[in-house]
Amino acid sequence: MNVVVCVKQVPDTSDPDTEVHIDSSGRDVERSKFSFVINDADNYAVEEAILLKEKHGGEVTVVNIGPETANQVIRMALAKGGDKAIRLEDEKFEFSDAVCTARLLASAIKDIEYDIVMTGCIATDDGYTATGVALGQVLGLPHAAYVKSVEVVEEGKLKVGRELEGGIMEMLEIQTPCVLTIQTGINEPRYASFKGIRAASKKEIKLMDLAATGLSEDEAGEAGSKSVMVQYSVPEVGELAEMLEGDAAETSGKLAGILKEKGLV
Amino acid sequence: MDFDLTEEQRMFRQTVREFAKTEIAPHVEELDRAGEFPYEIQEKMADLGIFGLPFPEEYGGTGADLVTYALSVEEISRVSASLGITISAHTSLGALLVYLNGTEEQKQEWLVPMAQGKMLGAFGLTEPEAGSDAGATKTTAALDGDEWVINGTKCFITNSGTRISKMVTITAVTGDRAGKKEISNIIVPHGTPGFTVSPPYRKMGWHISDTHELSFNDCRVPADNLLGDRGAGLKTFLKVLDCGRIGVAALSVGLAQACLDEAVKYAKQRQQFGQPIGKFEAISFRCADMLVEVELARLMTLKAAWLYDREEPYSKEASMAKLFASETAMRAASAAVQIHGGYGYIEDYPVCRYFRDAKILEIGEGTSEVQRLILARNLGL
Repeated sequence: MNVVVCVKQVPDTSDPDTEVHIDSSGRDVERSKFSFVINDADNYAVEEAILLKEKHGGEVTVVNIGPETANQVIRMALAKGGDKAIRLEDEKFEFSDAVCTARLLASAIKDIEYDIVMTGCIATDDGYTATGVALGQVLGLPHAAYVKSVEVVEEGKLKVGRELEGGIMEMLEIQTPCVLTIQTGINEPRYASFKGIRAASKKEIKLMDLAATGLSEDEAGEAGSKSVMVQYSVPEVGELAEMLEGDAAETSGKLAGILKEKGLV
Repeated sequence: MDFDLTEEQRMFRQTVREFAKTEIAPHVEELDRAGEFPYEIQEKMADLGIFGLPFPEEYGGTGADLVTYALSVEEISRVSASLGITISAHTSLGALLVYLNGTEEQKQEWLVPMAQGKMLGAFGLTEPEAGSDAGATKTTAALDGDEWVINGTKCFITNSGTRISKMVTITAVTGDRAGKKEISNIIVPHGTPGFTVSPPYRKMGWHISDTHELSFNDCRVPADNLLGDRGAGLKTFLKVLDCGRIGVAALSVGLAQACLDEAVKYAKQRQQFGQPIGKFEAISFRCADMLVEVELARLMTLKAAWLYDREEPYSKEASMAKLFASETAMRAASAAVQIHGGYGYIEDYPVCRYFRDAKILEIGEGTSEVQRLILARNLGL
């Protein structure tokens, strides 16, 4: 069972006190204020890929689009049990939309022998939830999104569970090769062992730039995207909203007063 | 000169940081209140290889360097100083003593399970009347045929009473040599008749670290339980104490960092006089000072560990790091409580625990006074 798992490096916003500031270009956040980590759902995808490998044999290939600093995320996946890695980097990849990102990933994946391609179901930074699904389309493969369980039924066939609203699980059979976008909570991601970390430092991360992908300039980055992110902004406080200032005791008192005044309680 | 960590060191630090945040932090307040040794967490840390970091794989160890060890102790101590000392006392006092001085049989019997984290290492040096004056040891071990007969009391012994504490190495007077006490190290397995572990101390802090008084009453162990050469006890344990100081320094850095983290967080939240208190220089400057001191303490600690890894003399550096880092932790804890005001004095906020956990750092593994004595002697004074 060969699995390709796509991982993204995102700013660590797990601490609720993290402050996010837009940079002067208006098209990015101030990155110097963050530490960077693997996207949460991708972490579960890596674990699921390694679990499948441990059970059924095969290889896990880690694919990433990102700058050199993304190596730490890739190496950690290798330390946990990944075998090979590819990192795509080119300034012409910047501002790729989800479909374009899928095209770039597909260009790296197409030459690998694989049964399953996995991505996380959502990225914690842009929250598009589209890249994995688009990847299924670009590769011309069946796909399942928000996957919460994976089981090999027979050669060429998986049984996967998708988590739906209200806690319902949809079980479906899907032919391989296929693309699965993995939901958090599907497993318990392991910690890399020291031995694994040491071994990972010796594994090669293959680099691919635009030329290596075989794509043309108008198929990558902003030029290759049909939706373009124009600007980030912080919403203005609306007229109908009243922000209450002060500590909890003060604000709860004010809130009670307003509710009473409007006859809502 | 290169201040950069290796990729391996950075990655393992990140792993330990995530582990501490996910597996330890959510339980730490409850554990501290209960004051019980956290076996489940200890086992998980063992799986990660944390109890055998600087030992070779052939002895069950992880095969990391001492810098990686120091980084790991710092990260664990950032969420729990109690667990920091559990690791530090185990590694540098318990296991290292056997690694440096044990016979092959002793290493197989004791070091391997310790490095795997299946057994906790403990070292009994301090006595009711022999603390900083370690040479004043009163515990005796007399050779009777092929057995040592041990009598005496050891106090404040970390890791000595858990269900995975299987032995303690103690220092004991084994005779006289030219009118001077001959001090040796002897391994005493738990369960040996005459070896009693008293109930745990009620400590100011370090509530989930396991600490006991141990007493030996005509306690007989085989002559082979001598660890290292007879009469080499003082020299032997001084060597592991040097390494232990790096552990306690790293622990101090972790605790000081935690104090800084909490102080800054609170300074941003807490509103007084119409603005966050962090906007007042009285608060913000204190945080800035903490930042500088924590970084300094970290650099000194890592330098001592780096020297150890290069097999260069590191005793002075370990002493300086321990002295500065422990006093930094105490100052940082005091500042963090002060910044929290009344809330810092109640257990609902972690800085209260940090403060209780900090004081002992200036006492254990050589008091601040002993460190200054060592350093002054180093200056030829």
